[in-house]
Amino acid sequence: MTLLTAVFAAVICTVIWYKSEAARELKVGLLCWMFWGASVMWLVDAIFEYAELHAEYFAPAAEDMLNDLFLGLSVVALGLIIWIIVLLVKDPKGVVKAALTRKKA
Amino acid sequence: MACFLVPAAEAVVATIATKVIHKKEDPALTAPASGEAPDKPVKVPFSRKLKWLTNLLWGGSVLLAFEHVWHGEVVPWFPFLTAASNPEDAAEMLHEMGTVGVTMALLITAIWLVMLAVSKVIEKRPETPQLEAK
Repeated sequence: MTLLTAVFAAVICTVIWYKSEAARELKVGLLCWMFWGASVMWLVDAIFEYAELHAEYFAPAAEDMLNDLFLGLSVVALGLIIWIIVLLVKDPKGVVKAALTRKKA
Repeated sequence: MACFLVPAAEAVVATIATKVIHKKEDPALTAPASGEAPDKPVKVPFSRKLKWLTNLLWGGSVLLAFEHVWHGEVVPWFPFLTAASNPEDAAEMLHEMGTVGVTMALLITAIWLVMLAVSKVIEKRPETPQLEAK
């Protein structure tokens, strides 16, 4: 479930990055790298787990699935937080700088 | 247990290599930063290509590290890895790093090599006209 969540997040971010110039300016590419990297690593984890459990791997307990989904969503949230921090620090459109240096009328 | 440490270690090495190569690269050979159209095919600098690898490795390692914190395998106090507190678990952890961790690093590197091959093909492709808006 964690792998699935990461893969969906990676695919959605990649489509947004490809379609939108504004998204590329807002460094959505960073999210693509993070989610694809994590997806590949969890895929390896899943392959090793499958080699150990065989068919049982595809029939997880409902509680485990829910916990994994919760983890996957938390990972996506962490990725988004990292992205927003990088965006505000790098400030590609100069919005943060403009807000900080704006003089009151 | 600590499989993410192997790709994280590779990420450190790749990041250092990226910085060193970037300093040595001739700026004249690389793609122009501005939007102006180049008069000859654009060559993507190798340091930028190496950055793709570091991005994949760092991104995946950070998110996997979070997963290990979630499962209580990484803790904020010494020795930071719960499996390192006794020899039996430490041996299991090292085995996992040698199997799962190394496979993760190898697969990411293999995917990056495929990306290099694809980018080489794209670099050689002639400029395509923008699709007309409907």
